[in-house]
Amino acid sequence: MPGEFLDQIFIAAKRWLLSFLAGAPDWILQIASSLINILVLLHLFLGLFALMSVLERKILGRIQNRYGPNRVGPFGLLQPVADGIKMLIKEDIVPLRADKVVHFLAPIATVVPAILALGVIPYGRNMTPFAIDGGILFFFAVGSTTELAVFMAGWGSNNKFSMLGAMRAIAQMVSYELPLILTVLPVVMIVGSLSPDAIVAAQEGYKFGLVPHWFVFTPWGFAAFLLFFVSGLVESNRTPFDVPEGESEIVAGHMTEYSGFKYATFFLAEYFGMFAVTGLAVTLFLGGWHAPVAALQFIPSYLWFFLKLGALVFTFVWIRGTLPRTRVDQVMNFAWKFMLPMAFTCIIAAAVWHYQAGGFAGWFWSLVVVATVYLALSRLLDTRRKFAPRTYRFAE
Amino acid sequence: MNSVAFILIATVTLAGALAAATLPKLIHAALCLVIAFGGIAAFYLLLGAEFVGLAQIFVYVGAVAILIVFTILLTRRDVDPPVRFQWSGALVALAVFGGLLWAILHTTSLNTVAPPIDALTVKRIGQVLMTDYVWPLQCVGLLLTAALLGALVLVMEEKP
Repeated sequence: MPGEFLDQIFIAAKRWLLSFLAGAPDWILQIASSLINILVLLHLFLGLFALMSVLERKILGRIQNRYGPNRVGPFGLLQPVADGIKMLIKEDIVPLRADKVVHFLAPIATVVPAILALGVIPYGRNMTPFAIDGGILFFFAVGSTTELAVFMAGWGSNNKFSMLGAMRAIAQMVSYELPLILTVLPVVMIVGSLSPDAIVAAQEGYKFGLVPHWFVFTPWGFAAFLLFFVSGLVESNRTPFDVPEGESEIVAGHMTEYSGFKYATFFLAEYFGMFAVTGLAVTLFLGGWHAPVAALQFIPSYLWFFLKLGALVFTFVWIRGTLPRTRVDQVMNFAWKFMLPMAFTCIIAAAVWHYQAGGFAGWFWSLVVVATVYLALSRLLDTRRKFAPRTYRFAE
Repeated sequence: MNSVAFILIATVTLAGALAAATLPKLIHAALCLVIAFGGIAAFYLLLGAEFVGLAQIFVYVGAVAILIVFTILLTRRDVDPPVRFQWSGALVALAVFGGLLWAILHTTSLNTVAPPIDALTVKRIGQVLMTDYVWPLQCVGLLLTAALLGALVLVMEEKP
């Protein structure tokens, strides 16, 4: 059927490319296949990054009641080209007493984990670049090396603001790794496998042909999705959690002493991290490449994946345009006092849901568990500071 | 193919470890230690222990390396003059190396063929942890809780 052909069109194209090497030994075929996967992945996400950089500015502009960039091309769509040329021809300034090797390696060490993490996400039916059995573990292992790269950037610049920014960034990223990983745990528990392909496969099927079996439509899955989304927002250092790059506070944090293409590399790493985290959120909670209703399954699977990815990334930009920056102690309190207990609750709620074998009692009791802990936390965590009565000295 | 990979990974790991032991600047040494950690993770992956290899990257590079680096950063540096090469130290190291080499080459168990085992899945690790090794798991959990509480006690401010 034509839907099937469109769905697997990229797999067929790769098979056609590999048929030119038909007689070669096995290891050459493996290397060629991996190379094609890597090249397509890189080009696709670099293109998405370019599109995203201009779309974000336009969406932010519209939220702020102005046009975004619209000079360079129809609707400003050639803006990334202009940005790229600007970044490339800027002078590369390295501070005199900066640590040359560490300063140079830091942007590279930030980008590499992000690209590696993009490799295990299933983008469509049979379209995972590298289907590893412990895919989720690989994703988080690689994501945790980003913190070291941020430290290298902050320390290698020999600048107090960079060091401060790096320490804040690491504190924030380490604190929010815990809720990020703990909210993935219920999904892995229910599916019984760490492989993203298995997790997507466990979310197929529709109730009454209408409601999909995505994990976000379960009580624990909804809570876990929200927690994962917020943790992803923090891990990518996006507003409202962009304390590490707060321009009014610490210049540009750990990226202060980087100019030109190295700054573009940090920017690239941030966006790739955003794509990786939202891609994982789509895989774990929003059903991966499955269609929302059974009737729409003729639309190719990769289109559904990128539609969902686009919706989540749009939400990221929307939140950036709407919310002000949080204070660094508010960020920490939120992580350790609220998100960590809620993440543990999701695990318990998922267990309750699972052991009732999907009956109505399971849904009800798991909702009760999540709601009880949420209400208890919002009561017990007294964040209403007591203020002294305001005294106005001049406005009488 | 396997032995080529082994030699490559071994070279990288040993180079990283050597650099970590001998570089004059401490932060450079810490970062080279990270390369050594990565090399060990590559060894685990080469041996087919996927979970352990990824957990090695997760724990060592993601947490222990950051701990080491922060410790170096936050403690006062005493700038000692660099130590001269000591012949007595080199002699002791060579003697230990020779002894270990003799002991390893004279073990008889190296001559047997390894029995075929099925690949270790995470599921199997989980099952074994919850049945055969549940007491060590609980003890490790207790130890980690004690460490967490100790860290909190160390940094807590006293009420004035």
